[in-house]
Amino acid sequence: MPLTLLFEQLLNSLQFGMMLFLMSAGLTLVFGVMGLINLAHGVLYMVGAFACAIVASLTGSFWLGLVASLIAAAMAGALVEIGVIRKLYQRDHLDQVLATYALILIFSEATRWLFGSFPLYLDVPQILATPINLFGWFYYSSYRLFIIFVGLVVAVGLYWLIVKTRLGMRIRAGATDREMIAALGVDIRTLYTLVFALGAGLAGLAGALLGALQSVEVGMGDSVLILAFVVIVIGGIGSIKGAFIGAMLVGLVDTMGRFLLPELLALFLTPESAASIGGALSSVAIYILMAVILVVKPKGLVSANA
Amino acid sequence: MKKIAIAMALSAVVCTAQATPVKVGMITTLTGGGASLGIDIRDGFMLAVKQAGNSDLTVVIEDDARKPPLAVQIADKMIQLEKVDILTGIVWSNLAMAVVPSAVAQGKFYLSPNAGPSALAGKRCHQNYFNVAWQNDNLHEAMGSYASNIGYHKPYILAPNYPAGKDALVGFKRLFKGELAGETYTKLGQKDYAAEIAKIRASGADSIYFFLPGGMGISFMKQYTQSGVTLPVMGPAFSFDQGILKAVGKAALGVKNSSQWSKDIDNETNRAFVSSFGAEYDRLPSLYASQGFDTANLILSAMKTADVKDTDAFRAALKAADFASVRGAFKFGSNQHPVQNIYVREVIEENGVLTNKIIATALQDHGNVYAEQCNL
Repeated sequence: MPLTLLFEQLLNSLQFGMMLFLMSAGLTLVFGVMGLINLAHGVLYMVGAFACAIVASLTGSFWLGLVASLIAAAMAGALVEIGVIRKLYQRDHLDQVLATYALILIFSEATRWLFGSFPLYLDVPQILATPINLFGWFYYSSYRLFIIFVGLVVAVGLYWLIVKTRLGMRIRAGATDREMIAALGVDIRTLYTLVFALGAGLAGLAGALLGALQSVEVGMGDSVLILAFVVIVIGGIGSIKGAFIGAMLVGLVDTMGRFLLPELLALFLTPESAASIGGALSSVAIYILMAVILVVKPKGLVSANA
Repeated sequence: MKKIAIAMALSAVVCTAQATPVKVGMITTLTGGGASLGIDIRDGFMLAVKQAGNSDLTVVIEDDARKPPLAVQIADKMIQLEKVDILTGIVWSNLAMAVVPSAVAQGKFYLSPNAGPSALAGKRCHQNYFNVAWQNDNLHEAMGSYASNIGYHKPYILAPNYPAGKDALVGFKRLFKGELAGETYTKLGQKDYAAEIAKIRASGADSIYFFLPGGMGISFMKQYTQSGVTLPVMGPAFSFDQGILKAVGKAALGVKNSSQWSKDIDNETNRAFVSSFGAEYDRLPSLYASQGFDTANLILSAMKTADVKDTDAFRAALKAADFASVRGAFKFGSNQHPVQNIYVREVIEENGVLTNKIIATALQDHGNVYAEQCNL
């Protein structure tokens, strides 16, 4: 097997992991701080992608679209928090799941009603459209490198926000004991809205970044939502660090599984059945990973608030 | 007694003369993922109904949201409460497999405007089941044959890991002569193909054939163009049809795809269809719309010569397929699936809109291999 192929697949794993991190950071933050299960997280991803596609097609600038995706998703998140989620903190998880599931249906049909059922067009910006030569060794999509870069920036930014700032301190305090922090005079309602909007904005950013690589259509967030849940369960629900580690792990196992499993099976099966069985196995690889990790560490790799 | 018999015979004559009303139940996907396909089928179908202006034909439409259990429920309701005579509309093979066998066993007609699973073409074919679109393998067979004819000898082939995906690759390989650089089954609904594209790059392939319907194909094409791999791409029409091309963008230019229909097939019905569809809905029709349009016209043609309550006569009238198809000549094979030409189209830009142009005929009067397993 050529070394370049292996290296390219490692980069692919890293890029996929970064995108999963953008998606799951908000989800885990919202769960950790507010104890809320938010199924509508995938919808915010879709809102980001649609906002980016529309602004990019109106202005011709992908970068403005990217900014718009952050703002639109964060605003949608804030509205949802104030209008619906706020009434759910005291309820049990089943109510939260039902209400946020309803939000998925409402947002999806509203988006279809506004923009139609046909996928929208969104392409990568011109300067990132051509692959670049890495070390004179092989060509790799410059846009995927850009996603890796954005993921790293967000990871560092979140770390700084949570660990080094006053807002981060309140977020951590709110996760540990929300009555106490409210009693100390912190406006917990505004804090929750802020955290929710932050998570939503990150999901929207992920949607816009990936919308340029994939298809911008109604329902695009559903499959990503499941992956994001796998990531935060593996990483430990509520922990940003866990989400980062979980996302990298899922990215690696999924990409390498798709790459190596069929090759491995081809050593002792016919190419046809190796392709078919390998395909089936690699699509469940991350769920097997999740099951194994839950057996060994039932609370995930990094337990929350650590 | 004699008088009664005469009276009954008379009333029968009167009935055929006035024609009993026909009620069609359309179950199709109008919300959720893949809704654009169902919407096109519905719009094509209703355009033909509107143009015919036949007040004996009524259509009830319901959305299956691409969920098999829901489709089954709707079918039961349509058969038992709405008392429809004909069912149609289903887009997906797995939904068709859930609905069709029981509907035809209850004596209803089912006319498929899209899905053509191999089981319903072969052993489980039924006298009341007609497929107006194609058998699932057909478009893939056509591309396999075309690929060998133009001298590709090492394609890499790719499809999602589900029954229609397997039918697709089996169909491609059936008429392709040569070796494969590799074959991969991806997860259904997968949106990131970086790992697969890297494999293709390293495989030494001379071309790529992929069957990735809906958003999967859009994602693949975009990522493929950015990867710097420049091998020629082939696919069935599904990933390069009118509803999808806009989202794929210029990445699709030059791609060869196989289809039984194209908007530039030169016959009067087709020209009228393309212009009236544009006038009615303000967009170009897709192949799904053409299939819906043909399905409605087939029903209308059968209504002219037979009474739907006389099942045998109506079935014979359907089988005769005496209607002007947008595809030109149209006839059914022994298992009641189309025997038709399948063309190769190329994606071009025309007046600033991406669309397709026929460049070759891949297969002439092509039926399907399952006909011999079907004893009708």
